[in-house]
Amino acid sequence: MKFKEVLSQLNIPVQCKKYGLSLWQCPQFLFLIMGLAIICSSLATYAIGSKYIEDPLLVALIVLMLSAILFIIAVIITRSFERLAEANRMKSEFVSIVSHQLRSPISNLKWVIELLMSGRISKVTPKQLEYFRILKENSGRMEELVSDLLIVSRIEQGKLPPKKEWISLKNLIEKLIREIEVFAKASNVKIEFNPEKNLPQIFTDPSQLKLVIENLLDNAVRYIKGKGKVKIKLEKRGKNLYFEIKDNGVGIPKTDQKYIFQKFFRSGNIMRQQTEGSGLGLYIARSIINKAGGEIGFSSQEDKGSTFWFTLPIK
Amino acid sequence: MKTILFIEDESALQKAFGEILRQEGYQVVSALNGEIGLRLAKSKKPNLILLDLILPKINGFEVLKKLKEEEETKDIPVIVLTNLEGIGDIDKALEMGATTYLVKAQYSLEEVVEKIKKTLEE
Repeated sequence: MKFKEVLSQLNIPVQCKKYGLSLWQCPQFLFLIMGLAIICSSLATYAIGSKYIEDPLLVALIVLMLSAILFIIAVIITRSFERLAEANRMKSEFVSIVSHQLRSPISNLKWVIELLMSGRISKVTPKQLEYFRILKENSGRMEELVSDLLIVSRIEQGKLPPKKEWISLKNLIEKLIREIEVFAKASNVKIEFNPEKNLPQIFTDPSQLKLVIENLLDNAVRYIKGKGKVKIKLEKRGKNLYFEIKDNGVGIPKTDQKYIFQKFFRSGNIMRQQTEGSGLGLYIARSIINKAGGEIGFSSQEDKGSTFWFTLPIK
Repeated sequence: MKTILFIEDESALQKAFGEILRQEGYQVVSALNGEIGLRLAKSKKPNLILLDLILPKINGFEVLKKLKEEEETKDIPVIVLTNLEGIGDIDKALEMGATTYLVKAQYSLEEVVEKIKKTLEE
């Protein structure tokens, strides 16, 4: 190992950032903690040994041996952590590269289908239009999946730093409701939004928060079968804003509830109903909210509906 | 007739956009890499340049930098049309003088055409 590499290994915050891990999950930081533990236990062994063993050479030997054993264990553990973290980083990078490579042909496909559907090339019969719609819908799904994968890989590589600004969360929610309204109406779902009056602005990244609310809104509308209602609340609670979205949809079975924020997890009841989705939305939502210093949670009952909520610090 | 230079290495997109923009009454000049793009920008003096960022030979950022450095091309509006949206890409392109930055995956064909028309009207 070159001197420069050794020096870079010692820069713990940079190393942890490389893996996209928090300090307590970072191999280099854990190694430092293990080092401190070794020093402390060596001193403790020396203190106890010198009190009960008369021969100072024997005390020194015991301390040395203990330190050596602890050091070897520390190296083995942190190395294996490092390998795991490296594998995880490479996986995220791989997903990022593949997703980027997939994005261009999917965009091409989407735009060519749109061109065909527009009737600009030649007249389109209703039957052809019906099949073009199927193609467009499927290319749209691929595009969404690739976008979600890219966001996940950016989150995992720590490459999604927030660009914070003062915004009105109420206005953002209203805008997103307007965007989903056509889909909601087509699905026979009514959206009600009841924000508290005189809410303060919030210092946050609007594009990241948009991803969170879009996901929660889309889930609420999508998982209502037949006629339904989605109720959204927004209020100030202490130093936080509290957002809540309640639906009377299919709900989440009790056995699935603990997995709901995991990557790629899709609940058994929605898989049976063949609803679209990548299983990444809630994972993305939780990562963004947690990074912004907020909390996210839910309560749900199968066949009755779900209520998702999050809090965000105002500044 | 207004001329649009489209610097894009995906021939499928060249064809689709060429078709639609010609129907809208524009003349379209295509370049499949940055080098040709720069040459055509100087010789054809287009009214607008559509620029991808991931390009063979000279990448889009380099092309944009050179376009903005040259006296004869520096005032031509450039719309960046790309799937690149890493940290800083958007800010970097706008700081370098791009008029608009459009991520392909986020826009429909008609929306992009609307943006082009609007930019040309301004």
